[in-house]
Amino acid sequence: MAKIPVQFRLNNSDRATFAEAADNLLTTLRRGLNEFGPKYGCGQGACGVCTVLIDGEPQLACLTLTVACEGRHVETVSGMADGPNMHPLQNAFMDNFAAQCGFCTPGMLMAARALLDRNPNPTREDVVEAIAGNICRCTGYEPIIAAILAAAGARGEKRA
Amino acid sequence: MLDIRKDFFANERDDNLNVVGKGVQRQDMPGHVTGRSPFFDDHAFEGLLHLKVVRSPHHHARIRSIDVSAAERAPGVKRILRAADVPVNKNTLLSLINFGKDDEPSLAVDKVHYKGEPVVAIIADSEAAAMAARKLVRIDYETLPAVFDVEEALKPGAPVVNDTYPNNYFEYHDKFDHQKLRFGDTEKAFKSADIVLEERYQMSPIEHAPTETNGSIAAPEQDNRFVVHSCAQGLFFSLGTAAKIVGLESNRLHFIGGTVGGGFGGKVDSITEPLAILGAMMTGRPVRYVLDREEEMLYGSPRGAERIYVKDGVMRDGRIVARHVRSYFDAGAYTRLSSYAAVKCTAHIPGPYWIPNAASDIYVAYTNRCPSTAMRGFGITAVDFALEVQMDKLAHAVNMDPMDFRILNAYRDGDMKPHRRVAKNTALIECVQVAAEKARWPISDSAKRQSSLAGGGEGERGQIPATLIDQRGQIGRPETRNAPSTQTLPAGTTRIALTKQPELEGSRDSRAAAPNVPRYEPAQPAVQAPAPLAPATPASPPPQPYAAPPSPPAAAPTPGATPQHGAMRFSSVFGTRRR
Amino acid sequence: MARYKGRGMASINYPIGMNLGGDPSQALIHSNPDGKFTVALSAIDLGQGMKQVTRQVAAETLGVPIEDVYVDTADSDTGPHDMGSFASRGTHRMGNAVIAAAREARGVLLEAAAEELEVNAADLVTDGRGNIHVRGAPSRSITVRATAQAAQFKQGKTIAGRGIFLVPLSAVDAETGEMNPNTAFAHACLVADVEVDDETGEVTLLGITSAYELGRALNPKMVEQQLVGGAWMGQSHALYETPEPYYPNPDHGPRDFNEYLMPGPGDIAPYSVSVLERPAPDGPFGGKGPGEMCANPVLPAVANAVFNAVGVRVDELPITPEKVLRGIRAIGGANPQTRRGG
Repeated sequence: MAKIPVQFRLNNSDRATFAEAADNLLTTLRRGLNEFGPKYGCGQGACGVCTVLIDGEPQLACLTLTVACEGRHVETVSGMADGPNMHPLQNAFMDNFAAQCGFCTPGMLMAARALLDRNPNPTREDVVEAIAGNICRCTGYEPIIAAILAAAGARGEKRA
Repeated sequence: MLDIRKDFFANERDDNLNVVGKGVQRQDMPGHVTGRSPFFDDHAFEGLLHLKVVRSPHHHARIRSIDVSAAERAPGVKRILRAADVPVNKNTLLSLINFGKDDEPSLAVDKVHYKGEPVVAIIADSEAAAMAARKLVRIDYETLPAVFDVEEALKPGAPVVNDTYPNNYFEYHDKFDHQKLRFGDTEKAFKSADIVLEERYQMSPIEHAPTETNGSIAAPEQDNRFVVHSCAQGLFFSLGTAAKIVGLESNRLHFIGGTVGGGFGGKVDSITEPLAILGAMMTGRPVRYVLDREEEMLYGSPRGAERIYVKDGVMRDGRIVARHVRSYFDAGAYTRLSSYAAVKCTAHIPGPYWIPNAASDIYVAYTNRCPSTAMRGFGITAVDFALEVQMDKLAHAVNMDPMDFRILNAYRDGDMKPHRRVAKNTALIECVQVAAEKARWPISDSAKRQSSLAGGGEGERGQIPATLIDQRGQIGRPETRNAPSTQTLPAGTTRIALTKQPELEGSRDSRAAAPNVPRYEPAQPAVQAPAPLAPATPASPPPQPYAAPPSPPAAAPTPGATPQHGAMRFSSVFGTRRR
Repeated sequence: MARYKGRGMASINYPIGMNLGGDPSQALIHSNPDGKFTVALSAIDLGQGMKQVTRQVAAETLGVPIEDVYVDTADSDTGPHDMGSFASRGTHRMGNAVIAAAREARGVLLEAAAEELEVNAADLVTDGRGNIHVRGAPSRSITVRATAQAAQFKQGKTIAGRGIFLVPLSAVDAETGEMNPNTAFAHACLVADVEVDDETGEVTLLGITSAYELGRALNPKMVEQQLVGGAWMGQSHALYETPEPYYPNPDHGPRDFNEYLMPGPGDIAPYSVSVLERPAPDGPFGGKGPGEMCANPVLPAVANAVFNAVGVRVDELPITPEKVLRGIRAIGGANPQTRRGG
């Protein structure tokens, strides 16, 4: 089967690869481009560990066709820090001990970033809704909710 | 909200430590939040192949024939593995500690014993190619009757689930169909009790559901070795298991892991490593074998179901005088670790209480379902559910507050436990008191005054009572299950030598060592090694005191046993040798 | 139709480590020439915090700052044998092995410092900030860095340590079950507050109040992680999870995360936990291991709370709305029991 050339931006770098029509973005990122930030958890959009941003919107890489990403900007946890400086969400996750095994963390962070980018002052209910599609089996969610609220607070203070 | 109650047991602690006891940041946290933590699947390999298995669609069936010719010709398929390709195609996990018989193949030979059992493995250029080829494998099955209920499985005439254990139960001590606990005379005590309550409890299976599914990548490495990226919960446990199955010496394998996306017990079984290594050996290329979510959910081995019968005798004043527990672990089709859980459960009876007469009969039954395995709280979680619901019912029956009832029956320092060892370092009473206070749950003044440090071991509480023993449930003789008790062991009888409880230097104030004194004693044991217990069988060497660092793997091969590649034997639990 | 509140409690203990012994762990520690230490283990971090807890134990025993110690748990070529991360054995068994290794390395460190300072090693202490000095005379000191350099380039000493911790094997008596489960025990008591809807059978967890005794809390933040995450898993086990909802009938099971039920971030309940510390005589700095037992008391406490709310005993897990409704129907309607404080 002929492969299709695909070009998109990945964490602010131009990347090109070949994909089959049915390939999903998760497989392309992990096995084609060696971008291991997004994880495989279910392959059917039910766990959120592969969450990425595409043009700023949270998307599940396992349900996204690679060819549909042509010309778009894909962001993963690997591009979240600004050089050596962590994103406020990353700092908040650390401060709140919001990860144990760390496997859901890349997806959680992307879901949380999408929330704060569109709603800098979320309520607890907003946070719960934003991560409702992301499964964590270790933390009981509370530290993650606390971390996201804390990051929102920190960003708020910064602006003020 | 979490608070630390430093006021309890303060005189047993020295809190003047430098970094222990401080909530400092985790070493692995920066990796977690940047996506840099290296999980087993986060490794790139040129020419990576993907392995998928063909699974049995039947709960129990004979394999009449297997035809892989169409699958072999499918696009992208590099190699197909069948049972005959597996060098040692029968294993039991606890063979590493010489416990139990090898009973489980990596790929089914002539029968399948559960729905989802792997029969054929396909190695292809991509996961999609392997999955497409899976549909081209033709297997002709003759279905057989299956059994799913633990008590039905133990009845004479039930379908035989596991050919290694043809009576459908794990065999303890080469003698009994269950593990016994006997302490005092429960039958007599039930007769003297004011109230006797017998109840049935059931825990259904539970899936570990780690967000990272089970998997591994094996690749040929320099020096004619194989590197294995593994999610195993025990790196050497998995290495030893894999080495045995693929027939390599342990030092031909280089396992890398240690960063795992959740386990909860579901990554002890090493279900992917042996086939991935075998694939790499046979193709000369890196081979990746990862369960998809449905495989993980259905065939990744769950926490086994347990059925538990609890019978208690209680006096109107709230004292429990007798407890008998009969429990059935559902192992599924193969043993894996269930045999061990039953023994752990036996030591746990009757829960954190002092009861003068206690007994249990714990069975491990085979059924035609996916083999179960360890999960968080293995051997304890289900029985704690049963015992604590039972405690609630008993408190209700004697019209006592449930907290007061717990404290009245709680074990304390110095009390004799039914496995014939004295309780130490107990703190149940204090936990109940603190929880009651926090929850504003009123308890009696008497309950508030109790302490784990006082009253334990007084009078009969510290003694081993005269104990009725029996020969019920002999292997292969179901008619003996109701046999009468045959003998009374005199009070104070012990038969198992004490292993010395390891005690660290300076433990009185709980410090590992007095901090200012150098402890450079290279000729001395680094940790005081307790006198080794004479093992039940001379076939296994006793653990040696620490003299020089042994090169891993740690244990010498069992003298007299046939050397088996990679089969590291750490110890022998019961003298029940593999055969 | 109404919602009924109920409270239930449970108290438990839990054995630490493989209960029959035969349970060894090994550790190796070595120093760079500038006094920075690496701990090499084959232990596994499943998220429970093995890397950090052994790091703290090593730093405490060596007497150096935490930043001067890193733990590697990755590799069977460099990390010596360990049974694995299960049975709540990691902190206890591996912590002790790391103490043994760190103690040996500390011995060489102080010998090397003694040679530089021309004093007796027995008179030296560490300040935990990277210095070694004569007891009672802080001015007579040398840094760990200078000591390590001297050991490497001048004295020819290896600042390294080996450690093993072994709970030896115990047999079990066939007729009485006598055995030596050579372990420490952790303890807990937990109160669950629930609300039961007698129209839908749904059980809502309103709150958890608990007390856990875990030996020394070696890192209280990580203890909190375990206790909170474990309570969530207990809630999930009690009310939601099973791959065989009609066990022993194997049919109608969930196949994936769309069908396998677990509480989401909107279903969690507030918690209030107290930690008690009764150090284990055989534990690393008295530590036990909270990893497994934290889920256990939730299951019976929730079941008992459901009974307290509506008078229905559900003796088969999980406590699904179907079972609760059938139970309420069987007793002819909800039958609330005595309220227990709150």
